[in-house]
Amino acid sequence: MTDRKPIATGSDWSFEILTEFEEEIARLADEYRLDTYPNQIEIITTEQMMDAYASVGMPVGYHHWSFGKQFLAVEQAYRRGQMGLAYELVINSDPCIAYLMEENTLMMQVLVMAHACYGHNSFFKGNYLFRTWTDAGSIVDYLLFARRYIAECEERYGVTAVEQLLDACHALQNHGVDRYKRPSPISAEEEERRQKEREAYLQAQVNTLWRTIPERASAGEGVGERDDEEDPLGLHAGGRYPPEPQENLLYFIEKNAPLLAPWQREVVRIVRKLAQYFYPQRQTQVMNEGWATFWHYTLMNRMFDDGVVDEGLMLEFLQSHTAVVQQPPFDSPAFNGINPYALGFAMFSDIRRICESPTEEDREWFPDTAGSDWRETLHFAMRNFKDESFIQQFLSPKVIRDLKLFKVVDDDQDEMLEVTAIHDERGYRRIREALASQYALSVREPNIQVYSADIRGDRSLTLRHVQDNRRPLARSVYPVMRHLHQLWGFPVKLESIEQGEVVRRYQWPLPEDEDSESPGAS
Amino acid sequence: MTYFIDRRANAKNKSAVNRQRFLDRYRGHIKRSVEEAVNRRSITDMGRGEKVSIPTRDISEPVFQHGPGGRRTIIAPGNKEFVEGDRLRRPGGGGGGDGAGEGGASNQGEGMDEFAFTLTREEFLDFVFDGLELPHLERKPLVDLDEVKPVRAGLTRDGVPARINIVRSMREAHARRIAMRGPIKRALREAREALEAEERKDPVLRNPARIDELKAEIERLEKRLEAVPFIDTYDLRYNNVINQPQPSSKAVMFCVMDVSGSMTQAHKDIAKRFFLLLYLFLERNYERVELVFVRHHTAAKEVDEEEFFYSRETGGTIVSSALTLVDEIIEARYPPSQWNLYVAQASDGDNWDDDSLTCRDLLVNSLMPRLQYFTYVEITPHAHQALWEEYERVEAEYADRFAMRQIVEAGDIYPVFRELFRRRAAQS
Repeated sequence: MTDRKPIATGSDWSFEILTEFEEEIARLADEYRLDTYPNQIEIITTEQMMDAYASVGMPVGYHHWSFGKQFLAVEQAYRRGQMGLAYELVINSDPCIAYLMEENTLMMQVLVMAHACYGHNSFFKGNYLFRTWTDAGSIVDYLLFARRYIAECEERYGVTAVEQLLDACHALQNHGVDRYKRPSPISAEEEERRQKEREAYLQAQVNTLWRTIPERASAGEGVGERDDEEDPLGLHAGGRYPPEPQENLLYFIEKNAPLLAPWQREVVRIVRKLAQYFYPQRQTQVMNEGWATFWHYTLMNRMFDDGVVDEGLMLEFLQSHTAVVQQPPFDSPAFNGINPYALGFAMFSDIRRICESPTEEDREWFPDTAGSDWRETLHFAMRNFKDESFIQQFLSPKVIRDLKLFKVVDDDQDEMLEVTAIHDERGYRRIREALASQYALSVREPNIQVYSADIRGDRSLTLRHVQDNRRPLARSVYPVMRHLHQLWGFPVKLESIEQGEVVRRYQWPLPEDEDSESPGAS
Repeated sequence: MTYFIDRRANAKNKSAVNRQRFLDRYRGHIKRSVEEAVNRRSITDMGRGEKVSIPTRDISEPVFQHGPGGRRTIIAPGNKEFVEGDRLRRPGGGGGGDGAGEGGASNQGEGMDEFAFTLTREEFLDFVFDGLELPHLERKPLVDLDEVKPVRAGLTRDGVPARINIVRSMREAHARRIAMRGPIKRALREAREALEAEERKDPVLRNPARIDELKAEIERLEKRLEAVPFIDTYDLRYNNVINQPQPSSKAVMFCVMDVSGSMTQAHKDIAKRFFLLLYLFLERNYERVELVFVRHHTAAKEVDEEEFFYSRETGGTIVSSALTLVDEIIEARYPPSQWNLYVAQASDGDNWDDDSLTCRDLLVNSLMPRLQYFTYVEITPHAHQALWEEYERVEAEYADRFAMRQIVEAGDIYPVFRELFRRRAAQS
């Protein structure tokens, strides 16, 4: 197959050359059965790339100071040369928007196209989390709607009011997703059409909940049957509200906060919807990057084999690729946690190896995978897993050995750290399990739920934090509580639960008599 | 399906609003940094951006997070010598609660203590001069119109072809055509109707002469109709542009400095910084700022910037010589009707005793009525002398346009400057 001529040599690119490469990649991707959204490849300048970075990958964002902060940080890092911007920026939308920087060399452009436009793109389209939680077709519209709505609010209610509201919502945005309930897809037209209606309806609902004159007829149903000495009228028999703990704090606030104005509820909703859009990305970093890296590597090698890419470009590519998948050991100054590119790439490559040339060990560990069609298996893995389950399912002893993974337990009741597993026969499963749970959101982020809202009493809101292995909350809990208090409008409390017992209480506003709890955080 | 889109020509600075929001939010922090920077800066590079640091904790966006403590499991790569069951000392020593984990697996977002970023030159100067105002900033109304700006002023009937307003000309033509063709058309219609009526008549009753007459009439009218021009010179309208006299927004700043033996280089540096601040400030308020450097010992001389700051002179001090020279320069080159005049004087306070009185006379009678503002800084740690006292009397007379302060060391410059140009609230 080496009879073909390289499409281009050297490091300069032009639109014609890019188009040719793109067609070539598209042809190969099709051969590998990569199913993608249409691509919209945008060539942009450095400044525009920094803008894009700063808005956290949203092609249009509403205005908020935190994005300005992000921008300044990116700009500073870029100026100092601490950060290359070149690699990629791709947006989960339909068509899938990918940014190419004009400063990139030809190799970089080709690499980014393979990585983003075919790797990430197919992942967005195929992975079940993205399919369930995001709606690629309407996200850009929705972002436009959000931006316009928030700008309108700023005009009407003042920039400061909106900014404070957004601050508070941002503090809770990691708790703005129903993890176990499938959401309905979002669409901008729908949003706008329904928004007015919703405003009125929502307020009516909230009013019902907080009505001060009790409505006897409906409240009376369950009460009559009970006979309680302390509470003959059954005033307290209504039970806790909400009856079940709620994990989606923002949703709960949007629907139940007593004092929020309708527009404020809408803003809460916008932040919540955007949190939902980013929710899959937080859970599939290893897979997503691994998948994209695996495919750019495979596609580039294939193009080299076909003779479409010359040796110079290939060498440049390999250097860049190696840098990306490098995993510094834990004691290196460059160590900054496990590199998702490295782990993901190693795992996907290893799945291919297991399929194509399984060893005895692989047959024992992966009886179904060993020897199967690698394309099928890879696509299956990409479609049906998230980081946690992907590692649980596919992390092979070989990858553990290659990366020399080991497990350390850091217990604050123990003076020393303990190495509890290394890359040996006894350790594989334990390491795999521990690594998988390291990527589980439920372990990474504190488990906090709405426990009760005292709708008949002082209207205080109580949250419960179920501790995981006695791990307490960081001090940031106080500022977050303050934000929560702003949204709720009445005192908020938080209880940390360990084995069914409350081990720590936080509240905002701080109680005046016991300042010992106060962190002095402003 | 793939599209390539070249967005390079699109606007950048999409983040400008967000950036501004950030700066506004942390105004206080940034101002503190800027103040420090102004005092620290070397003399020549005021007009540069500035790196600003804000403690990370002040700008953090809090979320619920796990804190240190409890039992946590870490998987790390790159095992070399550990075997199962090894027990290790916590890294980082101290052994306390800050067990961030093996190998410094840092808690995200806690890595840096300071959030550092760079202000652009404009942003930096905005902060430097925030809340300051130039006293008596006047747009000089001009009698002799030597500064004019062309402005649009409606339409005229004549002008050069380049200024033809096509839309208005066509509209005029259209209106004229309607007006001129209307009566002809009406007559034509009547003639045709009459002709038709005539022709419908029984052949016996027809009047051939009448028919001929009508036909001739119709032909004549059609010709007239055609003769109405589509566009006429009469229709043409031209955009009218007139030259409007512009209020002057020019300023000239006189830097007056004592270079007698008693002024050391350190004094000059302080003076230079002060002049520089004033220059930058004026530059922001006026479209054009000219600088005039006047240095003096016993005699005054107009010099260029280099000589002003760096040449050494010795001798006694006669301040009035400089003021006289300034007065002459104003007379010769900067008529107060066209220029906003600012004088900044720096000195260590030395003067010939009986000269101070002359200075006051000069100021009160000749200079002050023409000046926008006069600032005097005395760079000395010592007690004031006759000049200061005389100036105090000038200040009493021209309280709103004469200001004087004492500077002891470089750190005083910015505060003094701010004080001199503080925005005066609720004062006309």
